[in-house]
Amino acid sequence: MTRRRLAWLKGGVVLAGLTPLALLVTRAAGIGSLGANPVQEVQQTLGITALNLLLITLTITPLRRLSGFSWLIGLRRALGLLAFAYALLHALSYIVLDRRLDWPSLIVDVIERPWITVGFLALVLLVPLAVTSTNAMQRRLGKRWRSLHRSIYLIGVLGVLHFFLQVKLDTSEPLLYALILAALLGFRVVDWLRRRTRRRPLNKS
Amino acid sequence: MRNLRQPPIKPSEITSESHFRRRREILKAAVAAGLIPSGLASTPTTAAPLPGDGRFSDLTHWPDSTTATPTPVDFVTSYNNYYEFGTDKSDPSKYAHTLVTDPWSVSVEGEADHTGTYTLEDILEPHTLEERIYRFRCVEAWSMVVPWAGFPLGDLLKRFAPTSRAKYVEFFTLNDPDTMPGLRYPVLRWPYREGLTIAEAMHPLTLLTVGLYGRVLPNQNGAPLRLIVPWKYGFKSIKSIVRIRFTESQPATSWNMANAREYGFYSNVNPDVPHPRWSQASERPLGAGLFASRVPTLLFNGYAEDVAGLYAGLDLVRHY
Repeated sequence: MTRRRLAWLKGGVVLAGLTPLALLVTRAAGIGSLGANPVQEVQQTLGITALNLLLITLTITPLRRLSGFSWLIGLRRALGLLAFAYALLHALSYIVLDRRLDWPSLIVDVIERPWITVGFLALVLLVPLAVTSTNAMQRRLGKRWRSLHRSIYLIGVLGVLHFFLQVKLDTSEPLLYALILAALLGFRVVDWLRRRTRRRPLNKS
Repeated sequence: MRNLRQPPIKPSEITSESHFRRRREILKAAVAAGLIPSGLASTPTTAAPLPGDGRFSDLTHWPDSTTATPTPVDFVTSYNNYYEFGTDKSDPSKYAHTLVTDPWSVSVEGEADHTGTYTLEDILEPHTLEERIYRFRCVEAWSMVVPWAGFPLGDLLKRFAPTSRAKYVEFFTLNDPDTMPGLRYPVLRWPYREGLTIAEAMHPLTLLTVGLYGRVLPNQNGAPLRLIVPWKYGFKSIKSIVRIRFTESQPATSWNMANAREYGFYSNVNPDVPHPRWSQASERPLGAGLFASRVPTLLFNGYAEDVAGLYAGLDLVRHY
């Protein structure tokens, strides 16, 4: 994998990642339709895309380990930032399109509705990750960068919980996301345990 | 081993499914056109008395219809909650074509003098159909305005002569796993069941509904027979009714069984009683567009003048 090829691949990932947004915009403009409840359609599409991208971001490390393609790490930042962008747009569609900047009712929602509290928390925790995503920031923070960015695990849990608590009755989709997230986090737990046992070599006599 | 005495059927000879489903209407139309003597084209007596072409030609005008703009019919028939056909809003319009609405009968049971099984024709024949434009409010905080075709449920129930022990009326939706794929999933307690107090069932606003926008109900909207109880959240307006039971005690309802804290027996529209997870103070009208505001929700969905009397003295927060 050359640097040029990776750059092209990154570009492709960004284009693919922006496609759901582009489709929403074209549907809003009249090519196709957003259906009977367009505000909900926009909100839900942006939210599920944010979750999808977050989960895809979490597959990079397992894929790297299993395939040996260490260049995959070069795609992770683009995916993570895309996930953040969609999460932000999802929140904005709620604040602007649904609640129409009615700040009192928004504050009540964040305080009184647990599923909104959880979603709000997930978004807030994403901000420092987005801000420190640059190479310069990575160099500046050194070892602390890794610890900070491990908060993506908590954010993933909060995101899936937000989805779960919001669903009216049919929990099959949030449960599927929870299973995938559990597998992606589980991989890291297993990997960490293996590394720990490797550090103590067996006594060979 | 193929039976060689009869020639194999050519694909061109196979009746198309749409013709097959409309066979009774086609026969009736042929009889009406004088192409077949009526004695020869025997349509079963359980044939639905609904218009063959699907359009109601002489609905009585109802003077108290809302003056709000009706929701575009495409949205009314494509944004549905009918979990027997899937839990996405677009599922019922995609999958409800498998519902068989003819023949249809309703079993009347319980505390009444004239219980028994009634065909759709028995149910509808003596009544005059009206067009009523009602507001409809879903518990999910969206709403629509629909011209329904039907007649007051009370007029039907009186024919069954409920006794003094009938304090409630219980309703059941069709529960046919062969034609309703969503029944495979126990999201709700099947069959779908709902209930009203006898006073609510007899109220002049409670509409036994057979059509919308001047046409026979599409499958996804609860064909061939459903309730519309406009002052309650939409899930109380049960679809595709096959059983009516007069009971002495309050019946269990599917949504209450699924989540008692969120879905009460009364489920009257009330901006001051929030759903545990979201406010009911406002609603989003379907078809209003991406940049439209939410609209304030009205107590009893704007039918307070007509129905508040039913709940005089009742704590509406406790009895949600």
